Amino acid sequence: MNTEILGVIFMYALVVALAIPLGRYIGKVFSYQNTWLDKIFNPIDKLFFKLSGINPEKEMNWKQHLVALLTINLVWFLVSMFTLMNMSWLPLNPDGNPSMSADLAFNTSVSFVTNTNLQHYSGETSLSYLGQLILMLWQFISAGTGIAIGAVVFVAMKERTTEKLGNFYSFFVRSCTRILFPLAMIGATILVLNGSPMTFKGKATTTTLEGATQQISRGPVAAFVIIKQLGTNGGGFYGPNSTNPMENPNYLTNIVETASIFLIPIAMIFAFGFVIRRKKLAWTIFGVMTTGFLLLVIPSIFSEMNGNPAIAHMGIQQNMGSMEGKEVRFGPAASAYWAVNTTCTSNGSVNAMHDSMMPITGMAALLGMMVNSFYGGVGVGFLNFYIFIIIAVFISGLMVGRTPEFLGKKIEAKEVKIAMIIALLHPFFILVGTALASYLYVGNPAEYAGWLNNPGYHGFSEMLYEFSSASANNGSGFEGLGDNTMFWNVSTGLVMLLARYLPIIGPVAIAGILAAKKYIPEGAGTLKTDTGTFGLMIFAVMFIVVALSFFPALALGQLAEYFTLY
Amino acid sequence: MKKNIVPAIRLTLVSMVFFMGIYTLVILGIAQLAPNKGNGLTITQDGKTYYINVGQSINQDKYFWSRPSAVDYNAAGSGGSNKGPSNPEYLAEVQARIDTFLVHNPGINKADIPADLVTASGSGLDPHISVQAAKVQVKRIAEIRVLSEDTLLQLIQENTEKPLLSLFGTERINVLKLNLDLDKISNN
Repeated sequence: MNTEILGVIFMYALVVALAIPLGRYIGKVFSYQNTWLDKIFNPIDKLFFKLSGINPEKEMNWKQHLVALLTINLVWFLVSMFTLMNMSWLPLNPDGNPSMSADLAFNTSVSFVTNTNLQHYSGETSLSYLGQLILMLWQFISAGTGIAIGAVVFVAMKERTTEKLGNFYSFFVRSCTRILFPLAMIGATILVLNGSPMTFKGKATTTTLEGATQQISRGPVAAFVIIKQLGTNGGGFYGPNSTNPMENPNYLTNIVETASIFLIPIAMIFAFGFVIRRKKLAWTIFGVMTTGFLLLVIPSIFSEMNGNPAIAHMGIQQNMGSMEGKEVRFGPAASAYWAVNTTCTSNGSVNAMHDSMMPITGMAALLGMMVNSFYGGVGVGFLNFYIFIIIAVFISGLMVGRTPEFLGKKIEAKEVKIAMIIALLHPFFILVGTALASYLYVGNPAEYAGWLNNPGYHGFSEMLYEFSSASANNGSGFEGLGDNTMFWNVSTGLVMLLARYLPIIGPVAIAGILAAKKYIPEGAGTLKTDTGTFGLMIFAVMFIVVALSFFPALALGQLAEYFTLY
Repeated sequence: MKKNIVPAIRLTLVSMVFFMGIYTLVILGIAQLAPNKGNGLTITQDGKTYYINVGQSINQDKYFWSRPSAVDYNAAGSGGSNKGPSNPEYLAEVQARIDTFLVHNPGINKADIPADLVTASGSGLDPHISVQAAKVQVKRIAEIRVLSEDTLLQLIQENTEKPLLSLFGTERINVLKLNLDLDKISNN
């Protein structure tokens, strides 16, 4: 069999094989059961709480969780703004890079604190090493925020009636130290041994084979890159992310980095099954998500490996496939695979340029972000999926004429209203944003000529992609878009903010309200939620919401481009 | 909110020390055991040091060419073209690259040119080309360097990097290493 396809199959098998035991471990971490890493992390966590003046045993209700989350996120935003706007004189700036303008610093700070990493700058020319390190900090702790809030929802779904849902800070510190940190240590070690730089020296200057001078950006790359992958962050050390041979030197590092995208999102599903003791429900959810993922990834891989028909028309050989924006060491299969991984999970790192991909792959990437819960971001992907579950339970209840119940709790008008609002927010942000940008562009193409790198349908897709990426907290881009302007910095900044916190507040509120309701044990009349039939129901709900919302926009962009090419 | 703000600030400071400080220093320590102490992999020949993983602009006729680059192999500002597959301007650029290649490689059949030689990589720093991309340049280099084509094909074979464990990924050639080996056997 083709070694490129084998590589892709291996990456998926590897990630599932690792995610099942990791999910069990994460489940134990959030159930406060003993694990073999306790010896190291119990004292570290204790020190964290002591120095912060936090009592990790004080239980919180859902509102207190949200206040704690929003407060600490606000602190991060302010620290980030200050650092990015003052990098030029702060330490660790060997290349003499400048400070950021206010609108760019706003966009970048929001972007990293919300776990999006939509980068309107290029790392090697716009950040000092201190700037890179502070962004790396957000990559750890914004991911920790997502995992922690996911854990709150898990705990809320246990079979009992309570308002007390654990302590937010405790979940947060455990997510960072016991889950992200050990995985990052392993990954960074592999990267650094394979030639990814880890140094505080500035640029190296060399002479090329042909005698030209070449400057080579370096820095603490390995430490940064692995947490960007693990925490569904996605913001690269270098501008073109993991296409850069310093970030991703060979196929082995590519396997590690690709596997890191899916590892925690998949493990969270199994952690959920562990915490609420319903393995079968976890497998049902995994089944739905995997079906969706495969439906996106398989056509993408084939479409990239078949090459660009417009180039085939010129009469040259495309044995590898479409190679624009791709690296020879990864090839089209691994690039398409990564593209769908990164957009399904709100990661947003890339190992090939999405803007140059075939229309089918570009559409799969867009759909991954539009659904945003085929695995989804760490913690929050599960929250997005939870919304679809609530809606599916409600619709199924109406269809069979039973009171809708999920895990022994009655779903009533208030919960369904919240779920519907959250489900519709995402299309609202994407479509209204794209419509506004298109309106501005069409009204004054001369003024906004710098926006689009490609004409026609593809240009429209560049704008659609940017808002999808912002609203999905993804961070990848059709990077041809000239996005470091006031309009794009502010508009996508606001979308990222709202699209991060509202879809956290909504599901946590639903879970909190349900947790406080009376627990009704399952009876003969209960709708079974851990069956294939119900899985199909969830899938149908997702399909209908996404297809109805986004089909017209996709038809104007990627589908139209497809029909011009083929 | 008031109750949360002080613990939030303190927890942020502790996180800074742990994740920006300790984590970074530990990885930096591990890097001291890595090849070239985490400063990037290098190779030295004839007293000159090159970075193996970073592609270079190589387009003299006596060398194997590297791939086109959207940033002209600027390793302090890497990037791709971000041209869409149906962009007419982009397609014209690819056509121009094909024409240039044919001018420099007379006698080569257009159908033998692989796509990676006329398209730009995502980073603009791709250090590799496909095996076919090296083979299609053999005729030109053999003539200029007065070497037999078999010698060059042998050189290509020696420089072919197999897929990982011969199972996963692509077959490829590091252009820099290939050219350094070429200079070893024929000092132009």
